[in-house]
This record gives sequence, structure tokens and C-alpha cells, in this order.
Amino acid sequence: MPEAKKKLKLALYWAASCGGCDIAVLDIDEKILTVAELADIVLWPVALDFKYKDVEALADQSVDVCLFNGAVRNSEQRELAELLRQKSKVMVAFGACACFGGIPALANQFDRESIFRRVYDTTPSTDNPGRVRPQTKLSVPQGDLHLPEFYNAVYKLDDVVEVDYYIPGCPPPPELVWEAITAIVEGKLPPKGSTLAGERSLCHTCKRKKEDKKVTAFHRVHEFVPDPEKCLLEQGIICSGPVTREGCGERCLNANMPCRGCFGPTPEALEHGASMLSAAATLVEGKEEAELAEVLDGIVDPLGTFYRFTLADSLLRIRNKSLGLEEKAEEGEEAAS
Amino acid sequence: MTQAGSPKSQAAAGEGWEPKVVAFLCNWCSYTGADLAGISRLKYPANLRIIRVMCSGRVSPAFVLKAFHEGADGVLVGGCHPGDCHYLEGNYKTLKRKLVFERLLEQFGIEPGRFRLEWISGGEGDKFARVAEELVKTVRELGPLGSTAERLGRADGLALRAEGGGGNA
Repeated sequence: MPEAKKKLKLALYWAASCGGCDIAVLDIDEKILTVAELADIVLWPVALDFKYKDVEALADQSVDVCLFNGAVRNSEQRELAELLRQKSKVMVAFGACACFGGIPALANQFDRESIFRRVYDTTPSTDNPGRVRPQTKLSVPQGDLHLPEFYNAVYKLDDVVEVDYYIPGCPPPPELVWEAITAIVEGKLPPKGSTLAGERSLCHTCKRKKEDKKVTAFHRVHEFVPDPEKCLLEQGIICSGPVTREGCGERCLNANMPCRGCFGPTPEALEHGASMLSAAATLVEGKEEAELAEVLDGIVDPLGTFYRFTLADSLLRIRNKSLGLEEKAEEGEEAAS
Repeated sequence: MTQAGSPKSQAAAGEGWEPKVVAFLCNWCSYTGADLAGISRLKYPANLRIIRVMCSGRVSPAFVLKAFHEGADGVLVGGCHPGDCHYLEGNYKTLKRKLVFERLLEQFGIEPGRFRLEWISGGEGDKFARVAEELVKTVRELGPLGSTAERLGRADGLALRAEGGGGNA
């Protein structure tokens, strides 16, 4: 009989996220029952009805592990990150958004005003004649009401609090989640700051045939059905495998879809997006600038392609405002509609 | 985020501001060209910080972004003329990257004039001086860009724990 251990205290939180990371926790299937045996959950907004004040009432460092998913888009998420950091011994950035900003960080191409104008004024389905915008404070006879402040930029978790471990992925695959939980329970965690995934690039684990990397045209995934046996890059599909950390189980590749980079950069990559841009552009054969340009124009939306999950972890982080951000936002709207 | 609101950033916007331009020059052609400009006593602005690299093909777009990230207002990459690369094809790699990278920079809101790729041979000291002159003039007209920390500081004024970029490992 194993010695009866004190149950772990576990907190799960979602910030700027889609909910997929919370579902990823449930994707460990029946093992979730083991988790329930081993740990008491003190906060899990998606599943359980604990309140923030319940967390506030806990002693500092009394939560063993916090799995924090989602990026930091507003002041509420930042406050919760700080609160959970204070209450938790181990803080885990769970999923691509917490690790690198993820999809929400693509909004860093626009500032708050551009986003609000789009959402509250110009979408075809908006009917807002009073041009009402969210306010952080409203006084009513019963008292003052508050809403969180919407930031100009999206931040990754370690911008605002110290993070002990990173579990990347959109969402993290169940095997990785289970491995992490096991490591936590058994107290066999690697040094702080580690990413709980592979160390090499995805190409190392990819089983597709790699022959000659020469590209004569780029294709987007909806334009072309690639050969499932061959390297996708060699077929002109942008696959972020060369610069992306392994450990995902190649779910996309097995579905004949390219890697889009949700595991973030390999430890060696100086910059995820720029490294992939470099890798992709140099595959093109030729020496004449005009011909090269024609092929390379097939890479549409370089920022969205190469920084799909890592814009909040990039060197430049946000769009520089002096180059007509407003007009660019409008153009983006037209392209999107 | 420590730099936000520092005297440095205030100076950047004020009178005393001088453009900072980082120039990555290849050892075999462009650096020699810059050297020739000096030997020939040609005048060019002192705003360039020259970094000698073995080949323009070694200049990853990430290096250029790092320069902007740390507060460069402009970046020049100089390589051998097509066909003249010491390593045969290094400069073609640079050209291929440039064709996508310029569009990426525009998406990041970096004005086209702030980044320039030029072929400068060892004999073109005059071309080096002219390119330096033009680039500094353009950047001066565009004004300060500000480091990532400064631009993030202006966005939300949050005190971030560390500067972003370069992976989380």
C-alpha cells in the first residue's frame, strides 16, 4: 500500500483563450479520474464554480500547481495571473497563447482603437447608432460598475509573472499533458524555466520523405492536395517544421496539413518567424529578381504565416504606429470580409 | 521594459536626436567598399554602426529585427554584386529573403526606407558613401523608431518582466 499522501492543490485558469486548452486537459480521458484522486482543484472556471474570492482567501504558495492557459489581453487576466502566481508554488504556461501569445497575439497588428472601431462600428452586422464603446467604469445608483481594461497589445504570460514551466501547443496534446501531470505528482520536474516538450525541430521526428528542397511555386493548403508521403516544404507548402519544437505527435502532418508552429521556436531559433521566413524564401530556385519575386509573392501574409502563434514572443511584438496603422486596419478589414 | 520613459527615449524624440543605423557589410565586397570610402576620404554620415560579416547571406532577417528591437532607426545590408559572391550564391539567398522580408517589415509598420539591401563592391567606395548618405537622410526624415521596449511602453505602460523575443527556452 502506498503511503497516503496529502492531496495536491491544482488551479486551472483561462485568460485570452478559446477554451481548447481546458478541453485538452479533459482529453486525457479516464485519467482525469486519477487526477481527481491525486489533486483537489481550487479553481477551474470552465468546469467548477469557484470564485476569485475563494482564491484570494487561500494562503500564499498553498496551491501546488497552476496551469494557466491563454494570453494576457486585459487587466483582469493580468490581475488573475498575478494572484495565481502569488498563491502557487509552480506556475505553468499551458498552451501556445500563454507561452507565446498564440492566435490572439495576431491582434498586435492593430491597437485598441482600431479593434474597437472594427468591432463596435464597422462590421456589417453591427447596429450601434450610439457608437457605444466599452468603458472601464460606470456609475449607477447602486454603485460603481467596473470592466477590465482592454490593452493595446496582447502579452504572453511570462511578460507579467514569473513562469516555471512551459507546455506549448494549440492545444497541448493529451500525452504531453499526462506526462506533465505525472512529473508534477512524482516531483520529477526538470529545472525551472524548462519547456516540457522536445528539444529538436519537428523535422527530426517527421517521417515524410525528404529529398531535394527546391521550390518553383508556393501553394496554400486549400489550393492543392499534397503527396502524403513527401516533405510538404518540397511541395511548396509552408511547413514550419524546420524551426518548430518537436513533441506534438505530428498531428497536423498525419492529417496531411503543414506544421503551423504552435509549439513555438526550437531552443536554437533566434526568432521563430524570421527563421522560418529565411528557411522558406531560400528554397526558391533562380537568380533573376523578377522571377524570384513572382514565386515569392506566393507567400501571402508573411507575418500571419510565420508568426501565427508567436507574435507576442517576437522581437518587434507590435506594429509600429507611425506607418498609417489606421488605414492598414481598414485594409485588413476589407481583405477579411 | 526598463527603458520605457528613460532619458534615452525622451532624448530620442527631442532636438538632439541622431539616427542610429546598423550596417551589416560582407567581408569581401561591401566592407572593403566602406574601407575604400574611408581611404579615399569621402564624406559620409557618422550615423552608421558597421558590423562586418563574412557574407550577406549570413545576415538572417532575425539580425535585422534584433537591430530594430534594440533601437536602430535603420538597417543596411551590403553584399557583393550578383555573380560576385565569394561563396558563389550567398548573396542570392539574401536577395530571396529580402523579397519576403520587406513585406514582413511593412506588416510590422516599419517604413520601407528604414531597411535597405545594396550590392556594393570593393571598388565602390563612392557608392557606399552615397548609400549611407541617402539612408541616413531618409531615416532622419522618418524620425525615431524606438526600441520594442519603448514602443510597448507607449502602448500600455505595463512594467513587463523582461524584454520579449527570441524564444522562451
